[in-house]
Amino acid sequence: MSRSAALADTRTTLRWKRSGSLISYILLTLGFGLMVFPFLWMISTSFKTLDEIYSLSLIPSRVTWDNYAAIFQGTPFPRWMLNSLYVAVIATVSVCVFDSITGYILAKFTFWGKQVIFVLILSTLMVPTEMLIIPWYLVSSSFNGMDTYWGILFPGLISGFGIFLMKQFMESLPSELLDAARIDGMGEWGIFLRIAVPLVRPAFATLCILTFLGSWNSFIWPLIITQSEEMFTIPVGMAFFSSEAKDSSNWVQIMTGATLSVLPLIVLFLCFQKQIIRGIATTGLK
Amino acid sequence: MRTTGVIPSRPKRRLWFGSGIGRLNYRHKQRLFIYGGLLIPLLYFVVIRILPILYSFNVSFREWGMLSPDKPFVGFDNYATLLSDSLFLKSLVNTGIYVVVGVPAQLIAGLIVALLLQQVVKLRGLFRTAYFIPYVTSVVAVSWVFRWLLMKNGIVNALFIELGLGPQSFLYSPSQAIFWIIAVMVWQNIGFQMLIFLAGLQNIPKLYYEAAAIDGATGWQRFVHITIPLLNPVMLLSVVMASIGFLQSFTQVLNMTGGGPLDSTISVVLHIFNLAFKSFDMGLASAATVILFAIIFMLTLIQLKVLGSRFQQE
Repeated sequence: MSRSAALADTRTTLRWKRSGSLISYILLTLGFGLMVFPFLWMISTSFKTLDEIYSLSLIPSRVTWDNYAAIFQGTPFPRWMLNSLYVAVIATVSVCVFDSITGYILAKFTFWGKQVIFVLILSTLMVPTEMLIIPWYLVSSSFNGMDTYWGILFPGLISGFGIFLMKQFMESLPSELLDAARIDGMGEWGIFLRIAVPLVRPAFATLCILTFLGSWNSFIWPLIITQSEEMFTIPVGMAFFSSEAKDSSNWVQIMTGATLSVLPLIVLFLCFQKQIIRGIATTGLK
Repeated sequence: MRTTGVIPSRPKRRLWFGSGIGRLNYRHKQRLFIYGGLLIPLLYFVVIRILPILYSFNVSFREWGMLSPDKPFVGFDNYATLLSDSLFLKSLVNTGIYVVVGVPAQLIAGLIVALLLQQVVKLRGLFRTAYFIPYVTSVVAVSWVFRWLLMKNGIVNALFIELGLGPQSFLYSPSQAIFWIIAVMVWQNIGFQMLIFLAGLQNIPKLYYEAAAIDGATGWQRFVHITIPLLNPVMLLSVVMASIGFLQSFTQVLNMTGGGPLDSTISVVLHIFNLAFKSFDMGLASAATVILFAIIFMLTLIQLKVLGSRFQQE
């Protein structure tokens, strides 16, 4: 090919590439709008006064904080936020403790029964929660566990998903390091706590965030186990609150509630994006 | 990767309960750690996840109301009742629609976004974040937000009117409602699906594309003969996970339409929920749960067989 023809060829290719990217940018931006708009509309509605809610403007002509004041003073929303927080924290701590130990053992040791145990844990992942809620309900009601924090918490204290996440991270720990510690006389617990755990800190971060999110957003089980208003978690409270508000056509309230439900998580996500995305990508590939 | 167990064992000592823990053989200490550490989690899983399944089967074979202490064994009666109940069958059909429409929609949408993201460099992080945010937000909140958006006098209808399309009844229409619910489900899951595909796409060596380009393959040919086959394992995983998810549709259905209008959106799980906690008929509810579980199980097996074997052939 002559030199000028080759150059022309390259330029055409580049132009194609750039226009390909341009289309991508345009499409992605449209999609971006689609993803973000519902949230913007939700927030915007929550700042509107009742007479304005059916107007089509994104920015309210009169921004009012009244709706938020009403929700904090007139409804159990703050209590629900505390409940969700309490439950999520305890679940996260428990999962971090137990899942890490189990993942560590499965990753770094061979022992009699290991295959069986592995399959057992794997099979618990196959059983969907929806299949278990009725037995859980029946057992909880006979043990007086209805409407208690313990009742909300117990299904989520140890998670098979977390075990596999931890196992994967632990597998990458150099066994030589652990053996060296053993030869130096360190006990197994010491090795776990002082060597293994600090080395997989990113895994803990991911596990914590994912568990916290999962706990905060869980709906069907808390819906079933809680009965009194003051024990609701945020999703349950919101469902309850919204079906009542809808009857009085008070959509502003509902949108305010929704904003409060959603904002903490978005903030949390923006802070911990890296860990969350990495955690999902890692386990997704497994 | 070496796991432990290769350390030469010390000769077993006689003083088992000699002078305290320090006298324990090294191997014993290790075993204590292993089984001790596994004890609680294993117990937990057996009690919380395995036994309840058996309990569920048991309840499904009994007449189990909440008021009478009597739970007589009735064999397959509950199952028979369910299979002749038109509402249950409707919920099965609806759930089928959720899966058959929702899974491809979610996968295609996620794949398109992932492919588009691969083309852009500058704002990739921003786009990725924006597409993912819906996934971390509460399903309940999102359901109500969309319910508000899709009101007869809501913003979406207003936009439709502006654009010249007539106003729609969205969630009030027995024929349309279910598809809008699916749209919301897909909307929320796109980010997750996109991530999975992005990770899978990144694992495909650029070398293949370059080699194909040299051989004269067009973009479309490269896509069909390189991208798709190499994404197969990721695709398989996604199909299975998405199917299981859509088969268990509940939260959006409950919060957006409550199962209506005219039972056009009710899902199996919602029906189970109503049976168990509105009618308090635990026997029927458990039987429905078992049926659902069987469906999930079989579907997963079928998918693993069909899609898995296609991968082996490549």
